[in-house]
Amino acid sequence: MSGYEARFRVWRGDEQGGGLRDFTVEVNEGEVVLDIVHRLQATQAPDLAVRWNCKAGKCGSCSAEINGRPRLMCMTRMSVFDRAETVTITPLRAFPVIRDLVTDVSFNYEKARGIPAFVPPAELAPGEYRMFQEDVDRSQEFRKCIECFLCQDTCHVVRDHEENKRAFAGPRFLMRVAELDMHPLDAAERSGLDRKRTAQEEHGLGYCNITKCCTEVCPEGIRITDNALIPLKERAVDRKYDPLVWLGSKIRRRPS
Amino acid sequence: MPVVDRQEWDVVVVGAGGAGLRAAIEARERGARTAVICKSLFGKAHTVMAEGGIAAAMANANEHDTWQTHFRDTLRGGKFLNQWRMAELHAQEAPQRVWELETWGALFDRTKDGRISQRNFGGHEYPRLAHVGDRTGLELIRTLQQRIVALQQEDHARTGDHECELKIFQECTVTRVLKDGSRVSGVFAYDRETGRFFVLRAPAVVLATGGIGKSFKVTSNSWEYTGDGHALALLAGAPLLNMEFVQFHPTGMVWPPSVKGILVTESVRGDGGVLRNSEGRRFMFDYVPDVFKEKYAESEQEADGWYDDPEHHRRPPELLPRDEVARAINAEVKAGRGSPHGGVFLDVSTRMPAEVIRRRLPSMYHQFKELADVDITAEPMEVGPTCHYVMGGIAVDSETAAARGVPGLYAAGEVAGGMHGSNRLGGNSLSDLLVFGRRAGWHAAEYARSLARERPRVDDEQIGAASAEALRPFALGAEGGVAGATGTAGAAEAAGAVEAAGGGAENPYTLHQELQQTMNDLVGIIRRAGEMEQALSRLAKLRERAGRVGVEGHRQFNPGWHLALDLRNMLLVSECVARAARERTESRGGHTREDFPAMEREWRNVNLLCALADPAVGRIRLTRETTPPIRPDLLDLFDKEELAKYLTDEELEGGLSR
Repeated sequence: MSGYEARFRVWRGDEQGGGLRDFTVEVNEGEVVLDIVHRLQATQAPDLAVRWNCKAGKCGSCSAEINGRPRLMCMTRMSVFDRAETVTITPLRAFPVIRDLVTDVSFNYEKARGIPAFVPPAELAPGEYRMFQEDVDRSQEFRKCIECFLCQDTCHVVRDHEENKRAFAGPRFLMRVAELDMHPLDAAERSGLDRKRTAQEEHGLGYCNITKCCTEVCPEGIRITDNALIPLKERAVDRKYDPLVWLGSKIRRRPS
Repeated sequence: MPVVDRQEWDVVVVGAGGAGLRAAIEARERGARTAVICKSLFGKAHTVMAEGGIAAAMANANEHDTWQTHFRDTLRGGKFLNQWRMAELHAQEAPQRVWELETWGALFDRTKDGRISQRNFGGHEYPRLAHVGDRTGLELIRTLQQRIVALQQEDHARTGDHECELKIFQECTVTRVLKDGSRVSGVFAYDRETGRFFVLRAPAVVLATGGIGKSFKVTSNSWEYTGDGHALALLAGAPLLNMEFVQFHPTGMVWPPSVKGILVTESVRGDGGVLRNSEGRRFMFDYVPDVFKEKYAESEQEADGWYDDPEHHRRPPELLPRDEVARAINAEVKAGRGSPHGGVFLDVSTRMPAEVIRRRLPSMYHQFKELADVDITAEPMEVGPTCHYVMGGIAVDSETAAARGVPGLYAAGEVAGGMHGSNRLGGNSLSDLLVFGRRAGWHAAEYARSLARERPRVDDEQIGAASAEALRPFALGAEGGVAGATGTAGAAEAAGAVEAAGGGAENPYTLHQELQQTMNDLVGIIRRAGEMEQALSRLAKLRERAGRVGVEGHRQFNPGWHLALDLRNMLLVSECVARAARERTESRGGHTREDFPAMEREWRNVNLLCALADPAVGRIRLTRETTPPIRPDLLDLFDKEELAKYLTDEELEGGLSR
């Protein structure tokens, strides 16, 4: 396959406003969208702002919306597009624009601070931890998260509802609560911290109505809804509501 | 005088990878108010790219493992050039550093009896690497990040402020270490988002900026690896040690071109993957050097038996230290036995079931599938050497991580030299940054406390000079100094500098590409005197052109400007690499001379130090020094026959205690 000239539309601007700019740019075999953005910087738009780091799908820096879909630019190959197609790149919609493709993601760092950390078991010294693989599998799945915040961007609870941001931590950080809640040695409960209750009351778990948008955009393939959010909801229900609701949830789950 | 925001801290850590975060945690826990400055977002550092694991002699997988064995492997890997006291501390303290990560919430893969699982890696006698699949670096960075957040939560509960004791300045770049006389007094930095300058005043600065790989064209390193800490130290008056030693990881992706250099983890070989040439031959059997002959298998049968029964078989030669494997691949390709895209074949598909590959090497499966359309469970990968790590770095004290000659300056992780000698073993990087990150944070905090009553002062003249230096590229850009100088003064100085430099603005992207090509072609994996001469003269021209680099636009999140400023660092560091490489007339570890192919015992105890001869013109002065003799009880860990391959007869006679 030889190189070709592709048409791109890239959003340029800042918090004051901006718009899509048209570019025609060379594309070569095997390239990803981030390669093309770099070529634009080197040849046509040296001050085009973009965040990136590892260019290997491991750091979660180069998140953007490509033809309207939240994706990592470094893991989106040009071969998925028709050559005649115009590729449109816009910044993440759920977060305020700083410049061009760079958004202010501080919302996520604030939410991270709101989740109480792992509580080490007091009776175990470093080196004495014993956990079995099958017991850490689930939390390990959640720790694959590269914090690209695509799930936070796509989640309809906050995507077009700025007013929900205060009360809702978003899929990434609800998954963090689930990860700690399922950690075999987390001593939160003994220290008086009920993670299931706080998920519901402080981090807005109830806002989630399991549409699975977060799971669909996760570049790590983490089953956020099925493995983190739904089980957390069930555990929260177990804990919080009256015995009838608890019983109801159990009965519904029985195979018919 | 420019108006620049100033803040007071006790310890400033530059870099938020594993070493920087571990240093910050330690400094804060010892009571120092600590600021961390990093170029990327918090949690995105290059450490996330580490795949294989953390080397630590916990003896979970093999009860015979001890710190002494780990020390021995480390010295063998580094060809005995290691700063031996660092290697000793590293081997002794690594298990504690891993275990403490569990108390902060890390979840490593487990053994059957519930302890931390450990895997095999090149150059390690026993399975020693604590790991999480092939995303260990991510686990490490996330754990340290979450530990920092936990400390901030404690501070918030006590004071109502998350950032009063420990603050992360993310997406900011330090361009100068400031000094008061000989002592450190703070750093000058800019915020990448706004372009605004600021000064953090602090008696102690820990450099933890990682490596220099972005000076090379084919590299596994991210954009951040522009040698900032190396250059900051040089400019502050501290010397760099043994910069000629650059590790080319044997297995980077070679196809398609846009991913060339991206790492293929050594775990692929540790877990059973083999290297073959175009004739289908497992060529590594032909490349076992004399010093390792007794330790490695001679037949495929013996090698394959090792995975299940290591007591009665020798190791497969695919697991030789990285420098040996990289040179072997290079030689095979040169001899015309390479793969279609100029690498060799790395195969796991015929070695284990598809299901096992997907479980043990999930990132690699994903990476090849997504980026190269290759299903590694069904066909071999194509791989070739890629610039991966610099063993050389800031010369430091083994115990305290203090940089030589500049009180208040500390360095840890890849930016520090000495620990790995001439070649680093896989897995020793993550343990290095934990062990010495902690030591740097600890001693920086103590030093800062000792100066509580006489804190070094920040000099306004240095701030003015740093501002002017940072603004220069705008004065030469297409839109001139007007846009660039908005917000702060300094335009006049910048414009003056432009006139002095003479017209014709240079494009920073073009200069960077030329630099990468120069280092790749002329100071790469195999080196020759003539080519290094050529490299030095090209670097001199590039440096001169870099003085005329110009950028467009304004200071808000402007990547062209950021690159223009990083160029200074890459050029300085590249010159150190080229000068040291020309000086060392032998081949050892990550330094291979075609014109001097043998390892020479006379060079074993020689360190090469690069310092700035004249800060005004940026010339590098190179000096030799003899390293202190290895302590006799440490030498006793080796057979005399083995030592004789490395040490001179005089050293041997004087050194052994028995």
